[in-house]
Amino acid sequence: MEKDNQFPQWEVFIQIKNGTPHEHAGSVHASDKKMALQNARDIYTRRNEGRSLWVVKTDDIAATSAEEEAEFFDPAEDKIYRTPNFYKMPKGSTNI
Amino acid sequence: MNTKDALIKYCTRLADNNLILGQRLAEWCSRGPILEEDLAMTNISLDLFGEAESIYEYISTLTDNHLSADDIAFLRSEREYSNTLLVELPNGDFAYTMAKQFLYASFAKLLYTSLLNSNDETLKGLSEKALKEVKYHIRHSSEWLIRFGNGTSESKTRVQNALNDIWKYTDDMFEMDEVDNELISTGIAFDLKDIYTQWNFSVSEILKEAKLTKPSNGLSIKGGYKGIHTEHLGHILTEMQYLQRAHPGAKW
Repeated sequence: MEKDNQFPQWEVFIQIKNGTPHEHAGSVHASDKKMALQNARDIYTRRNEGRSLWVVKTDDIAATSAEEEAEFFDPAEDKIYRTPNFYKMPKGSTNI
Repeated sequence: MNTKDALIKYCTRLADNNLILGQRLAEWCSRGPILEEDLAMTNISLDLFGEAESIYEYISTLTDNHLSADDIAFLRSEREYSNTLLVELPNGDFAYTMAKQFLYASFAKLLYTSLLNSNDETLKGLSEKALKEVKYHIRHSSEWLIRFGNGTSESKTRVQNALNDIWKYTDDMFEMDEVDNELISTGIAFDLKDIYTQWNFSVSEILKEAKLTKPSNGLSIKGGYKGIHTEHLGHILTEMQYLQRAHPGAKW
């Protein structure tokens, strides 16, 4: 792959409205964090998608790799007792 | 000059500033230095077109000649445009465009802020909406100036050259005539001399932060508000008006 000769890459997280979590929207290139916020605003919120933005340098994110997938996630597969499937819902609590 | 004629002329100046700067900025579409900037500049261009449109709509309601906002925007000749000269200057390189954007946006912000106290409710409303956009335009262009000025010697030289070149067109933004006098006396618009003082201050602050030198006031070229333009406006109009001239009344 050709080397990326643009500015460093940043990941963009958008909060759609107050109280909801910031969700990953995509990435931008920018020289620094201030510019990254501006670029994120111009690219990801131009159709009124958000009220708050976070950016973080892609290099600063620690991520699991494909090789680690099995040991990280497979052990949870047969632990069905960790999900609340066996509780009876009290009457009237339909919105939980 | 009666108040209504003065108001029409005043609004035309403001709308033409937005339209012509928007058109200039749109020339960057697909040519931005990076994708992010391409979008940023076209976003700003659309903000300016939006501001222009609402002012042309207003002008259309003030005149008795049944011209629509589109007619006013697209069917006048060069001498009938009364934008300030700075907005019609060619884009040059990216630093040149950012310097232009910064100097104009700093003016526009102060102008719209003053119009929040206007007796004219429509102008007041338009200004309120435009201000939010213009504040972002200043942020966008000034952050670039600060980075160019503190960047490499190449970026600093380019932006300093741009400022030196553009400076002679900045006085034109603050030109006043009987239009302004009439509107100042009726509380619709305000003295551009006051706006100049504030503009000078806020521009100096950013240039200081950018470690750039404020060009000295020497030669100044004026005439935009009176329809006396640089050679560049005719070329913009040729491109901008082509469709309406070739296919009159064409719509999306």
